[in-house]
Amino acid sequence: MASTTPIDTPPAPPAPPDRKERPKSTGRAGDKVFVGLSRGSGILLLVLMASIAVFLSYRAAIAISKDEGNFLTTFDWNPAGDPPVFGIAVLLFGTVVSSIIAMVIAVPIAVGIALFISHYAPRKLAAPIAYVVDLLAAVPSIVYGIWGALVLVPYLEGLNLWLDQFFGWTYIFEKTEVGVARSLFTVGVLLAIMILPIVTSVSREVFLQVPKMNEEAALALGATRWEVIRLSVLPFGRSGIISASMLGLGRALGETMAVATVLSPSFIISLHVLNPGGGTFAQNIAAKFGEADEFGRDALIASGLVLFVLTLLVNGAARLIIARRKEYSGANA
Amino acid sequence: MSHATAVQDRPTPPTGPAPRSGLSSRSLPRLAPVGFAVVSVALAIGISLAAGWHSKVQWGMIAALLFLAISYVATTVVENKRQAKDRLATSIVWVCFLIAIVPLASLLWTTVSRGAERLDGYFLTHSMAGVLGSEASGGVYHALIGTLEQVGIATVISAPLGLLTAVYLVEYGKGSLAKAVTFFVDVMTGIPSIVAGLFILSIMLIFEIQPSGLMGALALTILMVPVVVRSTEEMLKLVPNELREASLALGIPKWRTILKVVLPTAIGGITTGVMLAIARIAGETAPIILLVFGSQLINANPFEGAQSSLPFYIYEQYKIGEAASYDRAWAAALVLIAFVMILNLVARGIARWKAPKTGR
Repeated sequence: MASTTPIDTPPAPPAPPDRKERPKSTGRAGDKVFVGLSRGSGILLLVLMASIAVFLSYRAAIAISKDEGNFLTTFDWNPAGDPPVFGIAVLLFGTVVSSIIAMVIAVPIAVGIALFISHYAPRKLAAPIAYVVDLLAAVPSIVYGIWGALVLVPYLEGLNLWLDQFFGWTYIFEKTEVGVARSLFTVGVLLAIMILPIVTSVSREVFLQVPKMNEEAALALGATRWEVIRLSVLPFGRSGIISASMLGLGRALGETMAVATVLSPSFIISLHVLNPGGGTFAQNIAAKFGEADEFGRDALIASGLVLFVLTLLVNGAARLIIARRKEYSGANA
Repeated sequence: MSHATAVQDRPTPPTGPAPRSGLSSRSLPRLAPVGFAVVSVALAIGISLAAGWHSKVQWGMIAALLFLAISYVATTVVENKRQAKDRLATSIVWVCFLIAIVPLASLLWTTVSRGAERLDGYFLTHSMAGVLGSEASGGVYHALIGTLEQVGIATVISAPLGLLTAVYLVEYGKGSLAKAVTFFVDVMTGIPSIVAGLFILSIMLIFEIQPSGLMGALALTILMVPVVVRSTEEMLKLVPNELREASLALGIPKWRTILKVVLPTAIGGITTGVMLAIARIAGETAPIILLVFGSQLINANPFEGAQSSLPFYIYEQYKIGEAASYDRAWAAALVLIAFVMILNLVARGIARWKAPKTGR
């Protein structure tokens, strides 16, 4: 990649202006306007971020102050009730569980596909496959949503029965309620399918940056292809894989439409992930918004604030990991 | 960018596909994996039929597991453990790829085949005014207008904003402000669309603004700006420094250098970035639900009154739950996917065509 700034590199002898003074050094009006405009829009973005936090917190504070239940532990969402009672326990649980399921399924497969594209696929196929994966990342989530609800749910019923039959003893896969597969597990599978492309394309970029010398050295020592990957590719790409997964996790946490169409919501917490029911932040907001009055909307904003903070933490952590290895920044988001 | 290919793990690369020399030990024939695959698929079908399972997903999984087991054991017996592990890894990677292909292909295939049933000129040029959910008529015209207007407004706001921010980051930005902007732009790319919607909603609640297409467009702007900044930044970084230095050396002010030299050089990539960003926000549903409210009627004024949009229309039709509305949902999904895919293909085409020549 080319270096970041024009000023960093020049070894030009005739005393290049000091880098800190650079924007100021030309006193022309055009320069001033241009600097002002571009810096202004940068600052505007920061203000925007800050105001998102401020406005959400403000409305959330209104809602939480009137909440008669405990906002963190109540298993109910009834802001219109006579004492208004609502809490995020179920939503937090559903969001985290469905995202974890999605990660457990998607990350290994995505790393596999990334390795397939970077190291295994016939060379003529690799570029088109990478291209198609990037295109798939652009499929709108609502399309995944109706596909999930109308195609995937009926399909997964067989798998659900099978999991219950053979892995029911694990408690998690025990299906205690009959009903269609509109469960957190199905949501997790759908989310996994949705985040596959993004995790794949970020991991692939990292794998392609592994120094050729390392791989060739391993090959020269007689390593098989798998040993090359294990010894040089995976260690080099580890932080890239972690950050790619966290970017995917960020998407899964905030996904609305796919969950809203697939899940049949209910306010229970159950580790039986195959049972229909549960809920996530985004799904709850989309589902409850229509019937909500102004106070109900504030309550939804309060739950949105928690989601905001959650995704902020996950994405921030992912970005910090990426920032440690600057070259990977092409997250293609 | 070259990848390890099948040739590399053989000891004598230059001679091409020569048979293994005497130095190497026994090995399986090259087509052995195909044989394993056939055997494992046959076994899987046999087992599944015998046990009376019907789910094709299950058949596939059993076949995949059998394939892994058979090839591992066979390679261990005929060759050695290291080769067996290598073959196992190869198989797993292939299986990963195939597993991922199935749902994604199914998604595209279902959308195209179900969507084509209902998609015609009538569908594209009529709204849902006066159409019952169970009736097999009506169309997406009002939603198309809504999407185009909302996305248009969002683009008009976010393209200049994103562009200027990227210029700041690449050309001027140093110190803590630039670092903060970079970090928060990155974080902003991860804001869930529903949170962006809630932010605008909270403003609407405070200032008592009624839902309209504009509000939706503002939420889309929040989602679009960071994408534009990121991609523009990458493109500006690719512009060779020699160009900037040559221009500055001629005594041209920095702002003219940026406007006349840097931006034109990167314009292809910038266009691509903006188009990809448009493609991304065109499919956003959540903010529209909160802020635009949806409507069955044609409302061409994005500044007043409820509107619809393509993704919202899909959701709405899905929720009606009748056969006719499912058909409409699929047809609209096809329209949306076609829109997004065409934007993507054109954008990537432009990127390839106009790519700045870099040293690498």
